[in-house]
Amino acid sequence: AGLELLSDQGYRVDGRRAGELRKIQARMGVFAQADGSAYIEQGNTKALAVVYGPHEIRGSRARALPDRALVNCQYSSATFSTGERKRRPHGDRKSCEMGLQLRQTFEAAILTQLHPRSQIDIYVQVLQADGGTYAACVNAATLAVLDAGIPMRDFVCACSAGFVDGTALADLSHVEEAAGGPQLALALLPASGQIALLEMDARLHEDHLEQVLEAAARASRDVHTVLDRVVRQHVQEASVLLGD
Amino acid sequence: MKETPLSNCERRFLLRAIEEKKRLDGRQTYDYRNIKISFGTDYGCCIVELGKTRVLGQVSCELVSPKLNRATEGILFFNLELSQMAAPAFEPGRQSDLLVKLNRLLERCLRNSKCIDTESLCVVAGEKVWQIRVDLHLLNHDGNIIDAASIAAIVALCHFRRPDVSVQGDEVTLYTLEERDPVPLSIHHMPICVSFAFFQQGTYLLVDPSEREERVMDGLLVIAMNKHREICTIQSSGGIMLLKDQVLRCSKIAGVKVVEITELIQKALENDQKVRKEGGKFGFVESMANQRITAFKMEKAPIDTSDVEEKAEEIISEAEPPSEVVSKPVLWTPGTAQIGEGIENSWGHLEDSEKEDEDEGGSDEAIILDGMKMDTGVEVSNIGSQDAPIVLSDSEEEEMIILEPDKNPKKIRTQTISATQVKAPSKKPVKKRKKKRAAN
Repeated sequence: AGLELLSDQGYRVDGRRAGELRKIQARMGVFAQADGSAYIEQGNTKALAVVYGPHEIRGSRARALPDRALVNCQYSSATFSTGERKRRPHGDRKSCEMGLQLRQTFEAAILTQLHPRSQIDIYVQVLQADGGTYAACVNAATLAVLDAGIPMRDFVCACSAGFVDGTALADLSHVEEAAGGPQLALALLPASGQIALLEMDARLHEDHLEQVLEAAARASRDVHTVLDRVVRQHVQEASVLLGD
Repeated sequence: MKETPLSNCERRFLLRAIEEKKRLDGRQTYDYRNIKISFGTDYGCCIVELGKTRVLGQVSCELVSPKLNRATEGILFFNLELSQMAAPAFEPGRQSDLLVKLNRLLERCLRNSKCIDTESLCVVAGEKVWQIRVDLHLLNHDGNIIDAASIAAIVALCHFRRPDVSVQGDEVTLYTLEERDPVPLSIHHMPICVSFAFFQQGTYLLVDPSEREERVMDGLLVIAMNKHREICTIQSSGGIMLLKDQVLRCSKIAGVKVVEITELIQKALENDQKVRKEGGKFGFVESMANQRITAFKMEKAPIDTSDVEEKAEEIISEAEPPSEVVSKPVLWTPGTAQIGEGIENSWGHLEDSEKEDEDEGGSDEAIILDGMKMDTGVEVSNIGSQDAPIVLSDSEEEEMIILEPDKNPKKIRTQTISATQVKAPSKKPVKKRKKKRAAN
């Protein structure tokens, strides 16, 4: 009844093709105080990630794990990030869940067993939410963790995907998400093709699952290409500054 | 109260059983536990039992003003409570990670899949809508809370009847149950969660994990589906790495399970309807079984126990009777005595096998070998003299610690006690063995 999300010519509302990503721009090392930091823009979705650690356990010492590092994630989205002004930036169920999911993703990706009895803090802040916030947060956090020099199995690259009229759409924007179709968020380790997190909402017939999953995986690999370029460029700049 | 940790041997036992495709309660890999649905006297009240996991669901409704951005839609609210009644480890009134996860999963499973027509809950657009509240209480925790909770929520919603209302001009009239028959909610489909537990980094997979199995699992994948095979929610959790094929296989299994459960739910609802119409007895008291030992009826476990006795006898007849140990104290040096040869202590496997690993490798084999040799060890020691049975160099029987008497007996005593407690089981035997090897 609403908007036509995919035109007959195969274009989406913002002029993209079905499998096309929005423009990704990213920057590493944006803060001096943090051990690692990164800023990412995926279309109009903007996220900032900061990493502290590995450091001593803060707060109750009982939380220390004898065999691996504790990963602590906090997600917050700015009050001005959405169309309606939010009441508070974090603490509601949705933000808590997002924090949990980020923690789970990075517990799987970071080689936590190398830093027993220590803690790694990842703070993510969404400045503008225009669809795919989880994906943007994961991608920003990956860059920040890399910037901090914490060893990981691989990049974690995330992307969302939807399904409209028999076609899987990659990297949904806010308009496409709000239309109420199925949406899937996937965090992938591109080298091995392993899934660190999989989440899906709304109704999708089982037969189409593979198609959507495949689209999300392909988009995540595309994200990886972009992030890899960002990291290489950052390293090059840093080495030039150091005079090597 | 903190959760009692699972002991290492229990953990290993469970994992080993799973590797051998066996489950403690006799189920197959893809089997669910028994599901039992019972209804309370009120509408919208039910208890769902999944094995021993019990969840109470209660739906209530209220007329409220709608949310600003959705003026014509009713409000759905879900709340799952993990009380200390269910398990001592749950803390009351605290939003734990588990609770947040479960609540969000329920919300996403039932609200975001639009299984209830929220527009039919609107009374006056922009002014009055129904708020439907689903309260779920976990009464007993025996694993797989989410499946039980999702079944309880959808059953309670299906069973619920809201009072009828009529609107005339600006006036809203609410009718009591006596005046007009209450109206059921309009439900489009019934999403049901199915949990898959992964073990050994995704090598093994179990449906409907029990509490014990949940403790040793690596990760969990929850798929919510309706009987039309439409996936409503997927959520992976725990630190496992999944592969695409695993997810697709799980979704196939979930499809089958959901059809079975939906049928069961519909049958239960029909039964309740019939009993209510006929005016028979209904409510929890009728359906709750007395679970004391004195109860007349025992639930049968689905394990084939027909040839257990024969098998047990076979095992007993094959086993060699333990030979009697002749207690003859041996004097090694003045001041020490020893009775018999002693059998290797199987309790200390962990430390020992680790040590063995270092100089031999293949600890598992060593453990099995040790276990097998124990019988023969006893025999030989009984027959032969002390010098003969050195053949058994693999087991650690011949390695005993001789406490050398010193000039200062008092001091030594305290020393040796601490030495035997701390060092003896781990370090001394190894040293000894190494020496022997060198000699050989």
